[in-house]
Amino acid sequence: MKILVCISKAPDTTAKIAFKDNNTAFDENNVQYIVNPYDEWYALVRALELKETLGGTVTTISVGGADMEAIIRKAFAIGADDGVRIDGEPTDTYFVAAQIAAYAKQGAFDIILAGKETINYNGSSLGGMLAELLDMPYISMATKLDVAGSTATVECDIDGGTEVIECDFPLVLSAAKGMAEVRIPNMRGIMAARTKVLNVIPVIAADKLTEVKSYTLSQGRTTCKMIDAENAASLIEMLHNEAKVI
Amino acid sequence: MSILVYTEVSKGKIKKASLEAVNYAAHIASKTGTSATAIIINAGETSLDDLGKAGASKVLHINNSAINTSDSQVLTRILNHVADTEGAQMVIFSNDLTAKAVAPRLAARMKAGFVPGAVDYPNIDGGSFSVNKNVFSGKAVATYQVNSAKKVISLLPNSFQVTTDGAAVAAASFDVPADLLVSRIKVKEVKRESNELSLPEAELVVSAGRGMKGPENWGMIEDLAKQLGAATACSRPVSDIGWRPHHEHVGQTGIAIRPNLYIAVGISGAIQHLAGVNGSKTIVVINKDPEAPFFKAADYGIVGDAFEVVPKLIEAVKKFKASQN
Ligand SMILES: Cc1cc2nc3c(=O)[nH]c(=O)nc-3n(C[C@H](O)[C@H](O)[C@H](O)COP(=O)(O)OP(=O)(O)OC[C@H]3O[C@@H](n4cnc5c(N)ncnc54)[C@H](O)[C@@H]3O)c2cc1C
Ligand SMILES: Nc1ncnc2c1ncn2[C@@H]1O[C@H](COP(=O)(O)O)[C@@H](O)[C@H]1O
Repeated sequence: MKILVCISKAPDTTAKIAFKDNNTAFDENNVQYIVNPYDEWYALVRALELKETLGGTVTTISVGGADMEAIIRKAFAIGADDGVRIDGEPTDTYFVAAQIAAYAKQGAFDIILAGKETINYNGSSLGGMLAELLDMPYISMATKLDVAGSTATVECDIDGGTEVIECDFPLVLSAAKGMAEVRIPNMRGIMAARTKVLNVIPVIAADKLTEVKSYTLSQGRTTCKMIDAENAASLIEMLHNEAKVI
Repeated sequence: MSILVYTEVSKGKIKKASLEAVNYAAHIASKTGTSATAIIINAGETSLDDLGKAGASKVLHINNSAINTSDSQVLTRILNHVADTEGAQMVIFSNDLTAKAVAPRLAARMKAGFVPGAVDYPNIDGGSFSVNKNVFSGKAVATYQVNSAKKVISLLPNSFQVTTDGAAVAAASFDVPADLLVSRIKVKEVKRESNELSLPEAELVVSAGRGMKGPENWGMIEDLAKQLGAATACSRPVSDIGWRPHHEHVGQTGIAIRPNLYIAVGISGAIQHLAGVNGSKTIVVINKDPEAPFFKAADYGIVGDAFEVVPKLIEAVKKFKASQN
């Protein structure tokens, strides 16, 4: 079984968010990047578990500059066999999907996994675009993935519940919480990561259909009105008369 | 030329989020001199009047039991076919779980620029089109410019007040060619959380965290929610240890919600929790620790023991409801 896992980077969840150049660009100063949590904790780890029980290979793929390599090495340390970096700035999701699709078309992958979303741009869109460009089924928000022969059984979130779906290879999935447990790289993995092959390939021509023109920090709440616990009942009046939400 | 809106039925009614999307499409249509066309698949006996009332000039009902509505590939082919037939350059969704699977696919198929989770009306100026979307889990807003002629926009649920003061239009049935319906996925089982208020659509939410000490203490949280007509939610550790079902978990790794009212009981307010709730209009925090970070993100705060405060609130809501009748 050949599995491809899409790996992106994201600022650490506690990073301070700031913008520069007149609010047109994200200020990376002092920002620590991590593997996007959904890609690492769920997509990659489940891919590795499947490979360990059923055999096969796990390849990672990332669209990004050289600064992405530390992220890819972390995926190697956790257990990926090899990785691809497509050397371009991932500014538009369609552009990224077109890059990954071009590579995946040649690879005969059985399962392609993305994360549920990147925690910086929160798009949840790469997996769907990729599946369309590859003309494959797509199951988003998968919380469980099992494989028997060349059939995947997937549990995924739908509005108001969950669904269990069966689909033959090849298919594209986006991975959400529940699919696997976080795996901490061990010393052997970290050593082995150094010798694994990271292929760098150039981007292909593809349109950038969207671009971010500017950013604004969301306004926090100005003041919190404190209500004495003894007088908790008065909250309900305030919610009615002042906040007008009940 | 028209703007397509994908809509759905849930529990015998057009979904509220779908009506928001119709309102949104009608607004853009009025600005651009076009009209909004709502599409609905297998609506059964449900009245489709609300679609016209919410602003659709045309309602297309695709009634065909052979459609596997769980397959994003099939829905994409159908919507692309309708867009072609209607000459639509723009398709609007509500950014719910169906849209998360279908909208990006459709965008790639149409080669349309896609903005997932728009929070405002777009800014349309001559040929340029831009719209705001939350980024960094709600910590910032980014203005996305769409460069392509075709566009797919999904709207963050609960971003707009729904209005249905227009006139109903009769639904026209629309047939799709059978070859679009080939599906490779088989649905083996559907598990629905029956009767509960859907959390992403709820206007009022009562949520609780580890401060509740154990699942046996959730009775008062459910009672407060019931008295208010609110949905219930929880912090991540609470669903991780199994005190509450997984689908109630809100935050960065759970679902993001933006109700009118979010009441957080015994939740510390970690940044990853706030990421899922800070779009709420009004936030109330009840915590025994005056230093809990959540107070910094709240509109109303009560420092106190949940086990004393919540029962008082339940009584106060009962009195309030009685006075309203
Ligand atoms: C990458 C990442 C992603 C994460 N994603 C999420 C997510 O999506 N959602 C999420 O919720 N968390 C998430 N977390 C976890 C998050 O960091 C916090 O650990 C979690 O939100 C804390 O949950 P809590 O507030 O219920 O518990 P605690 O932090 O233990 O807080 C309990 C609170 O209850 C108060 N309390 C105790 N007793 C009482 C009482 N009798 N009356 C009133 N108050 C009382 C305490 O003062 C305290 O403030 C994530 C963490 C990471 C690292
Ligand atoms: N630049 C990238 N390179 C590789 N994979 C990516 C990239 N950006 C996003 N992805 C994958 O697509 C998923 C969803 O991303 P998004 O659509 O941006 O929310 C992520 O969780 C990753 O698995």
